[in-house]
Amino acid sequence: MSTTIDKVATPAPMAAPRQRGYWGTVGYRLRHDPVTLCFGALLLAIILSAVFAPWLAPFDPYRESIIRRLKAPGYMGHMLGTDELGRDMLSRLLHGGRLTLTMGMVPVLLATLIGGGLGVVAGFLGGVANAAIMRVMDVFYAFPSVLLAVAISGAMGGGVLNGMIALTLVFIPPLCRVAETATTQVRNLDFVDAARATGAPLRLVLWHHVLGNVLGPILIYASSLISVGIILASGLSFLGLGVKPPEPDWGLMLNALRQAIYVSPLVAAMPGIAIFLTSVSLNMVSDGLRAAMDVRS
Amino acid sequence: MSMSASPAIPPPPLPWRDNDPRDRGGPQQPLLIVRGFKKHFPIRGGLLGRTVAHVRAVDGVSFHVRKGETLGIVGESGCGKSTVARLLMRLMQPDAGEQIFDGDSVGSEGGLSVAELRRQAQMVFQDSASSLNPRMPVQGSVAFGPMAFGMPKAEAMALARELLTKVGLNPALFGGRYPHELSGGQKQRVNIARALALKPRMVILDEAVSALDKSVEAQVLNLLQTLKRELSLTYVFISHDLGVVRWISDRVMVMYLGEVVEIGPADQLYNAPKHPYTRALLASRPAMDPDHRREEAPVSGDPPNPVNPPSGCRFHTRCPFAEPLCASRAPSLGDSEGGAHLAACHMQDPDSGHSQARLQ
Repeated sequence: MSTTIDKVATPAPMAAPRQRGYWGTVGYRLRHDPVTLCFGALLLAIILSAVFAPWLAPFDPYRESIIRRLKAPGYMGHMLGTDELGRDMLSRLLHGGRLTLTMGMVPVLLATLIGGGLGVVAGFLGGVANAAIMRVMDVFYAFPSVLLAVAISGAMGGGVLNGMIALTLVFIPPLCRVAETATTQVRNLDFVDAARATGAPLRLVLWHHVLGNVLGPILIYASSLISVGIILASGLSFLGLGVKPPEPDWGLMLNALRQAIYVSPLVAAMPGIAIFLTSVSLNMVSDGLRAAMDVRS
Repeated sequence: MSMSASPAIPPPPLPWRDNDPRDRGGPQQPLLIVRGFKKHFPIRGGLLGRTVAHVRAVDGVSFHVRKGETLGIVGESGCGKSTVARLLMRLMQPDAGEQIFDGDSVGSEGGLSVAELRRQAQMVFQDSASSLNPRMPVQGSVAFGPMAFGMPKAEAMALARELLTKVGLNPALFGGRYPHELSGGQKQRVNIARALALKPRMVILDEAVSALDKSVEAQVLNLLQTLKRELSLTYVFISHDLGVVRWISDRVMVMYLGEVVEIGPADQLYNAPKHPYTRALLASRPAMDPDHRREEAPVSGDPPNPVNPPSGCRFHTRCPFAEPLCASRAPSLGDSEGGAHLAACHMQDPDSGHSQARLQ
């Protein structure tokens, strides 16, 4: 009798205790999220095809042919057809991804470092430093972002580099605001005081306790800004302020092909589809990232 | 600087581990002496954000804590209890006053630095949830302090797991969990383990059990008593719960509007309170016997605004024994370093001129 009771009283073996750190948990949850994984794979494919465009492209993206203008997909080996100057669409889309993705991602990366850094500093220091930094950001906020990007790159002259500088300046204020809000919230919680009370140097408190809680919102917001960046960059090229013809760029291609929308609608829609797919997968990945980073759910 | 010990101080009430290499002054030297602590928070207003007034959160508080002793601090909400705790840990800078830790003046030239103080004194916060990093497994929170002082990660983690065991949590089960996966009592145990990680000599417990339900509160209080005995700790126990404070404290200090109104050994203070405010506080406890339940509150109204504290004795606006004298002259508490039972009330001073001064 007593043995049975003993058996019942022995606790059932518990699930193996998790010994992962925070980032380990985030990685584990991402690996078990099929939707995010699918869109992540799509995004990776888009990025890789842009990186390896010179090897993947079946044709020279600059070679024109008057007699092969605006052909439908499949015409004489042109898997996605040809554009208004008879250039191979697939090759141009692959090469165009390089410029478009760079113009979308580099400004966000720079703005995350600059704006996010300024925001964390403003939020942690508070007081005069906060007021000084945030009021400067408010000045930039007064302009609509598209108008600001157009104005800056217009003033500096077109070109890829100037376009990226303009986009960086446009993205700094919102990232700074997000970082500042997150830091201010975290700074006032007791665990920051508790960490300070251990006597640990301020940089360790910032690194382990503040940054860990602030990085999530900043990264998620930044990853959603990449798609905005691609659309804005395409917009700049569309207006003739970013990439100059004959360089392949999705926004520029969309602009050039819009006149052919009634002649060859499928070909004309392709750069738009590329932009759309990239934006959607970026948004889905950032959404999955947000879900994975919220360890409380 | 070193404080000379007065022979009037009785030996510590609890066994004190005198082989602690950090012990400098010996058992007669109080572990903590506070003299004239002041903290006034500025209130900014107007177009230019100028300081228009001050909240006098802590206004001239002096006390001492002997080695191995538990000093309880009680008072209404907003009387400055928690501000005292944060001042003691130097999470805020006092505007005035002196803090002497085991004979060393804190934060002054040639004394104990704030970083050194924090290795010897630790704090447990009231809100068990917000005082743990939500994105850090709890054993990481416990190990953070030792790691910040250069302990290798594996060693710090082993220490954290040992401490979790000490506070009654199975490290294999709880160590890797996040704070939201623990109950309030378990979180507070983790907070206690974190406070112990740096092997402090003194722990400041700021309403550490107030947010827990009664059964868990009792467990945590017992745990605190066990840890105190095992590790020869000294506690400053801050709470608004009079019963809990009496149970755990050797001496009790009563605060009102940023000032100390009464201080003394727990039994004396609870059995024979000297200050009318302490009497009112004790009377406000719910009675167990239905026949003795009070119909009216012993103290009416809210405490006065600490921006504009009443003149003279700060309690005179609510005191049933108030006389014109009380509004004009502030009573003094006297020097409590001998551990005597003292109250800052004119009725305690035969020479004050209060009509009931001798009747006490």
